[in-house]
Amino acid sequence: MTGSTEARARWMSALAQAEPAAVEAAWARLEPEPVYRLLRAAETGLVMVRGRAGGTGAPFNLGEMTVTRCSVTLDDGRVGHAYVPGRDGRHAERAAVLDAILQDEAAREALEPLIIEPLVAARRARQQETRARVAGTRVEFFTMVRGEE
Amino acid sequence: MRAGFADPVFESQRVFRGVLDAMAEPGRVITLQAPPSSPGLLHSATVAIALALLDFETPVWLDGAAETAETVAHLRFHCGCPIVDDPARARFAIIASPGEMPEIGGFDAGTDEYPDRSATLIVQTGGLVAGSGLRLSGPGIATEARLQVNGLPPWFWEALRGNHARFPRGVDVLLTAGPSLVALPRTTWVEG
Repeated sequence: MTGSTEARARWMSALAQAEPAAVEAAWARLEPEPVYRLLRAAETGLVMVRGRAGGTGAPFNLGEMTVTRCSVTLDDGRVGHAYVPGRDGRHAERAAVLDAILQDEAAREALEPLIIEPLVAARRARQQETRARVAGTRVEFFTMVRGEE
Repeated sequence: MRAGFADPVFESQRVFRGVLDAMAEPGRVITLQAPPSSPGLLHSATVAIALALLDFETPVWLDGAAETAETVAHLRFHCGCPIVDDPARARFAIIASPGEMPEIGGFDAGTDEYPDRSATLIVQTGGLVAGSGLRLSGPGIATEARLQVNGLPPWFWEALRGNHARFPRGVDVLLTAGPSLVALPRTTWVEG
């Protein structure tokens, strides 16, 4: 994976996993409002989430999740895609436009600290809150050795 | 990258209906509602049919004239269809330059048990006019239909008669010109 692919994966992930309201707020801060065309309007479907036991076992189907995707293009031909969890078409459309804009190096330097970093931080805070909440009910399992050998 | 249908559900249903009508009445010229834009050399009817009928389960073969980077990207993005190099493996073929197309026998004609598992050829022509020209007869045509087709090589019609003779096996042909569509299923007999 090249550096730019990694960076793009990071911001696409941040946009997709952010709260729709947070993406909307980031959108409101864009000056001027971006001009774009829809390549594929937002549409909702299912994707199969696959897992591997322990991260290394044989792949299995964990279950399906609802996903909304959208693709847009800017006037200069840059194409942005978004796949976001849930059924919020507006979230997907905003995320796709932001993906297209962020592919420009200059725009990225200006917007990444302004838009992406707060989304990443907010997600981390949400995760930590969840961790703290479930930590209180944590149970440690262990196996007694019966000493037969 | 270009846009596909603005309203994918209803527009592809309309195109599907158009193809159905064309197949039911071979020789009748159907005008399909054009998608917003067409990549490469593709006619708007060809693109409309592709957007409506192609998906991840329909391998597509493109002839040399049709296989531009733009067209391939368009079909991959909007249809998600695999593009194959071997005509025999294709469910659909898009032929932009019929003068140089491979033999019709080279496409999948299905099997005697499953004649429906055959290829459909989308052949772009220079113009389709009903009412004069070739004589068509067969299922879906009361007595005979007349159709004038521009831009196809003379051997094409001989090859279509060979295709007809293989019934129930054989390929089905969709002729396009701009937004117009005429279907020539394998059951149709075409005479010069």
